[in-house]
Amino acid sequence: MKRALPILAVLVVLLAAIAVANPFFLEPAGFLAFLKRAAPLVILAAGQYFVIVSGEFDLSVGSLVTAEVVIAARLIDGDESATWPVLALLVVVGLLVGLVNGVVTTKLRVPSFIVTLGMLLVLSGAVFLWTGGAPRGALSEGFRVFGRGGLGPLPWSVLILLAMGAAAIWLMRADFGKTLIATGDNERAAALSGVRVDRAKIFAFMLSGLSAAVTAILLGGFAGVSAQVGQGLEFSAITAVVLGGVVLGGGRGSVLAAMAGAVTLEALFTLLNLYGISGALEFTVQGVIIIAAVAAGAIRLPRKFTPRRGDAHAAS
Amino acid sequence: MPRHKAAVAVFTTLVLAGCTTDKPPAVQSSAPAASASQTAQGSGTGAQSKFFVQADFDAQLAMRSQTPQGPTDKPWEQAIAPKMIDTAKYKKDGPYHLCFSNAAVNNPWRQVGWKTMQAEVGLHKEIKKFTALDAEGKDDKQISDIAELQAKGCDALIISPNTTATLTPAVTAACGKVPVIVFDRGVETDCPVTFIKPIGGYAFGADAAEFLVEKVPAGGKVLALRILPGVDVLETRWSAAKVVFDKSKVQVVGVEFTDGDAAKTKSVVSDYIQRHGKIDGIWMDAGATAVAAIEAFEDAGLPVPPINGEDQQDFLQKWKDANLTAVAPTYPTYQWRTPIIAALKILKGEEVPEMWNLPQPKVTSENLSTYLKPNMPPLHYALCGCEDLPGFPETWGGKKS
Repeated sequence: MKRALPILAVLVVLLAAIAVANPFFLEPAGFLAFLKRAAPLVILAAGQYFVIVSGEFDLSVGSLVTAEVVIAARLIDGDESATWPVLALLVVVGLLVGLVNGVVTTKLRVPSFIVTLGMLLVLSGAVFLWTGGAPRGALSEGFRVFGRGGLGPLPWSVLILLAMGAAAIWLMRADFGKTLIATGDNERAAALSGVRVDRAKIFAFMLSGLSAAVTAILLGGFAGVSAQVGQGLEFSAITAVVLGGVVLGGGRGSVLAAMAGAVTLEALFTLLNLYGISGALEFTVQGVIIIAAVAAGAIRLPRKFTPRRGDAHAAS
Repeated sequence: MPRHKAAVAVFTTLVLAGCTTDKPPAVQSSAPAASASQTAQGSGTGAQSKFFVQADFDAQLAMRSQTPQGPTDKPWEQAIAPKMIDTAKYKKDGPYHLCFSNAAVNNPWRQVGWKTMQAEVGLHKEIKKFTALDAEGKDDKQISDIAELQAKGCDALIISPNTTATLTPAVTAACGKVPVIVFDRGVETDCPVTFIKPIGGYAFGADAAEFLVEKVPAGGKVLALRILPGVDVLETRWSAAKVVFDKSKVQVVGVEFTDGDAAKTKSVVSDYIQRHGKIDGIWMDAGATAVAAIEAFEDAGLPVPPINGEDQQDFLQKWKDANLTAVAPTYPTYQWRTPIIAALKILKGEEVPEMWNLPQPKVTSENLSTYLKPNMPPLHYALCGCEDLPGFPETWGGKKS
């Protein structure tokens, strides 16, 4: 919890600024609408966190999201009865892509930056080839309800976010979380002390793939089929994680802070939009955040001291 | 403690970003009801686009009420106020080899058009070969495609340019070798034998804006959604709408770019609903994300205000199901049939219009039922003119009903 404090403070400031510009934000419906919009990115950031904290990157999530939405639309094609099988298939595809990323990274020793960049290109090329550039088919109402509908006043996406968030926090408190952080902190030391490093990393990539699948389900549900749905999401997710104080290169940071980083990023975008500065600046803001956060990390490392590496500060 | 430094750095960045972004609109924020991203100039539509040409605007608006010449059941063969030119010098005996340099097939509109064109080719036995190259939305690839096609012994070359200015030299070069037919987007040369297009963007934008001005009460808040700036075919649509809105009593509360992305459209509309409490009309420069905009109102539990879309099935279906107050100007995909017909006419030495202006109907609540075809896929364009072609509806992704 302590680690998430700075980002939570920033978040509170931003939320207050939004509330000043738009009082509707303070009402439950307004805030829930915001959370609903933030949910996909928060879930994606949680997935990205697992990979980053283990010392790797996952650049493939954006095009994975696009691919999943396009696949879902093509396979469902408006047929209500196909909803659940396709949902299951999406989860499997997400896990599978993560598995491939993880195995190639760990077993073939290709840097994850390259592996997932390659996967990004492979997926977007495959989507383009399969669709001829424009998606076909349609999502069923049953599929869309997760991104659009809700349980009474509570949007499904917020409920899914709470469940996924709780699961992520629980995972990081369990043994898996500790081995993952140890792996990211010092892979060799972790391996020597008996951590199955490769297995932890592969699992992290699979979690990232899973989160991309869930994100695709929510985003596809929110706004329907689009071939641009996942565009730039990998960078948003990485920015969010970095904004949450998680160190690129691995070994430090909490999943709660990463998710708070995603909410903060979304709040920042909402604020920019409220003041009429939308669009192009979003990328600029993300770029500034990534550079600033990494620079901040680089400045402090050499200076003083020995961080308490790889100890039990794992839990949020 | 090191962690604090990082936190402070990140925080400072945020605060700095916050400050710089806060400043310009600070004046406005005291009156949030005023215009948003575009500075209010009377009706809030901002400055006129530099792409706006008054003469073209007037000509297109006038064309809307002119009766096109040609068979009424085949609008793709009709032409508005055609000035026929002689093509005897291109006359040759068949069979023919037609070539086509396509800008891209990267959106549903182009996909529907491309299928329609291929089916049209299949109708004509005198075409022995049809060679098409897809430039994948890249100017440089299209330039080399056009050069490549010239070496393939084409009898006529059809070009759908990716961009206007960049492709002009390539088209000019091709004109010297084969008869060239340009359609959809134009080029800055009159060397092609004929240029085929529907009436155009001004008519599209004005059709939609005039509808809103009629349906939205005076002082009502209209949100204009555009895909992206700087593209001539889209700029003309908006600039015509601006002219119409400027003369009206409606208030344009925002002009936003959506990148043609459904999620972004929905978010933008939701934001405006939150900010203004009520939006009384939506103007769009393209219909692909109209359904997302409609959903923003539905999800907010509000009635959908007057809106314009395009002739895509998902919008037409929604229109009927929700009984919307809507209009759909079109940029008909049946124009993909015309270049093939034109090429054959030219090669047979028959006259063709120098500027082939196709009729550009709009879908209204009166004729909606004739355009809505529930067995067609959601991204299909109703004005494909493809119903009588072989392979319909399966080739276009539809089901036999």
